[in-house]
Amino acid sequence: MGNTSSMLTQYDIEEVQQHCNNAFSQQEIVSLYQRFCQLDRNGGGFISAEEFLSVPEFAVNPLSQRLLRMLDGLNFKEFVAFLSAFSPRATLQHKIEFIFKVYDSDGNGKVTFNDMLDVLHDLTGQFISEQQREQVLTHVLEEAGYTKESLLVMSDFVKILGSSGLKMEVEVPVD
Amino acid sequence: MKKEKLFGFINIKKKEKEEKKPKPNKNPNSQTKSESEREGMSSRGGKLSSSSSELDLDGPNIEDYLPSGSSINEPRGKLRLRDLLDISPTLTEAAGAIVDDSFTRCFKSNPPEPWNWNVYLFPLWCFGVAVRYLILFPARVVVLTIGWIIFLSSFIPVHFLLKGHDKLRKKMERVLVELMCSFFVASWTGVVKYHGPRPSIRPKQVFVANHTSMIDFIILEQMTAFAVIMQKHPGWVGLLQSTILESVGCIWFNRSEAKDREIVAKKLRDHVQGVDNNPLLIFPEGTCINNQYSVMFKKGAFELGCTVCPIAIKYNKIFVDAFWNSRKQSFTMHLLQLMTSWAVVCDVWYLEPQNLRPGETPIEFAERVRDIISVRAGLKKVPWDGYLKYSRPSPKHRERKQQSFAESVLLRLEEK
Repeated sequence: MGNTSSMLTQYDIEEVQQHCNNAFSQQEIVSLYQRFCQLDRNGGGFISAEEFLSVPEFAVNPLSQRLLRMLDGLNFKEFVAFLSAFSPRATLQHKIEFIFKVYDSDGNGKVTFNDMLDVLHDLTGQFISEQQREQVLTHVLEEAGYTKESLLVMSDFVKILGSSGLKMEVEVPVD
Repeated sequence: MKKEKLFGFINIKKKEKEEKKPKPNKNPNSQTKSESEREGMSSRGGKLSSSSSELDLDGPNIEDYLPSGSSINEPRGKLRLRDLLDISPTLTEAAGAIVDDSFTRCFKSNPPEPWNWNVYLFPLWCFGVAVRYLILFPARVVVLTIGWIIFLSSFIPVHFLLKGHDKLRKKMERVLVELMCSFFVASWTGVVKYHGPRPSIRPKQVFVANHTSMIDFIILEQMTAFAVIMQKHPGWVGLLQSTILESVGCIWFNRSEAKDREIVAKKLRDHVQGVDNNPLLIFPEGTCINNQYSVMFKKGAFELGCTVCPIAIKYNKIFVDAFWNSRKQSFTMHLLQLMTSWAVVCDVWYLEPQNLRPGETPIEFAERVRDIISVRAGLKKVPWDGYLKYSRPSPKHRERKQQSFAESVLLRLEEK
């Protein structure tokens, strides 16, 4: 039941706060815990992909399937850590790292042409042909001084995304 | 942020409507607008007639509200690598939905706050619990039992002995069902205020109300014997449905059965034409909402060509939350919860009857009525179909987002 949120002690909250580099205030952690319990319908202590997809606003998101790879089976600490990239207190570096992780599907620290193509596929679906997508991506890569064969690492992402304002903030409702 | 999300969709709807206009007009006046709307109506009308046999209860208007394209920047300047790699708007949207979403809010029940948190209040609270469980509850069980005895001992003879006199039998059964519902309301000390004129029996009208719990039906039924359309329930409720409530003309269906829809649609149309039939009551949301939000209305009730009489029901949550979360609680447990509380306080408004305006589609009509009910009952509107509780949103919502992103990419690619 929803009442379990009162079960969080100050120690628990502080532990979670440390885990997410103080990206959220204590009250926000309590709110997030309530939300976590709400999403964790069968009360197993973790949220399955199925449970995430029961939120229609999430299910219709073009990147939901990709994010589910990172989200499936998260416990509360990991859940907060995942969301910490969206905190207004998170650093730009942290946010870009998060985006990088979304791209880097095999987690080897390098983003290939195909990784980028896959994300672009998620975002545009059937509305751009496979061929055209490749053309577009090759075109903008070359304009930015890369080639089709370049492997982009984290510092490239910082260079590309870090220059202008990256707006990636989600407000946690606190009652 | 939440409020923005809730109200934002109205603007999006307007914007999309303008986009749908066949020819962009430089200064659109009211004349051209109504013209284009009529055009939309006729084209939609054609589609309706082709599928009218199944009376599609799933309104296709969800996408009208979806914040589609909100994550996509306006095309500005040439396409650069950073524009393609920057997926932060879409990610933000996803994370926002994980942290909080308007759909889950619709089904959130507020557990009663125990007020036993200090030394002075604790004995008082204990006293209250004792009164509620040891005095009120048994008394209510007695009331309900007496009610059932009176009801069954008169309903069964009436039902079987007056077989030949249909008119008299119907009238008697109507009165008895109303009486039984009054006993139910008394069993939770229902303090119900009815505002506005009582519904009358006449053909070609249909009543629609917001839906919080099955007790909505009992509360409305005690004043007027409505014929209601509801999901078929298991257990003793199902038994009542198929025996007693059948006699007041109620129509039952199974949400998941596509075949049932056709039958219901036909029964509906026949029912509203009958002169002596009980007034028809529909809960167009199709599922129970927690009485703080209202989800999309199914358009079925608004396509019958009848006068629609809105009814707004607002519960006061001071003693108990009347929201029935059918996933967590059986109806019996829900009733027990109500019977062990102090009282169920609620307001019922019978609102001004509404008719389809010329040039209005059934979907727009349904939205207008939802507006009226939501304003009266103080509900916030959300753009979701209540059936999403049972299924996933269709892929076309995602495709819409993809389409607008794809278009903006291609548009910016051309700008050199």
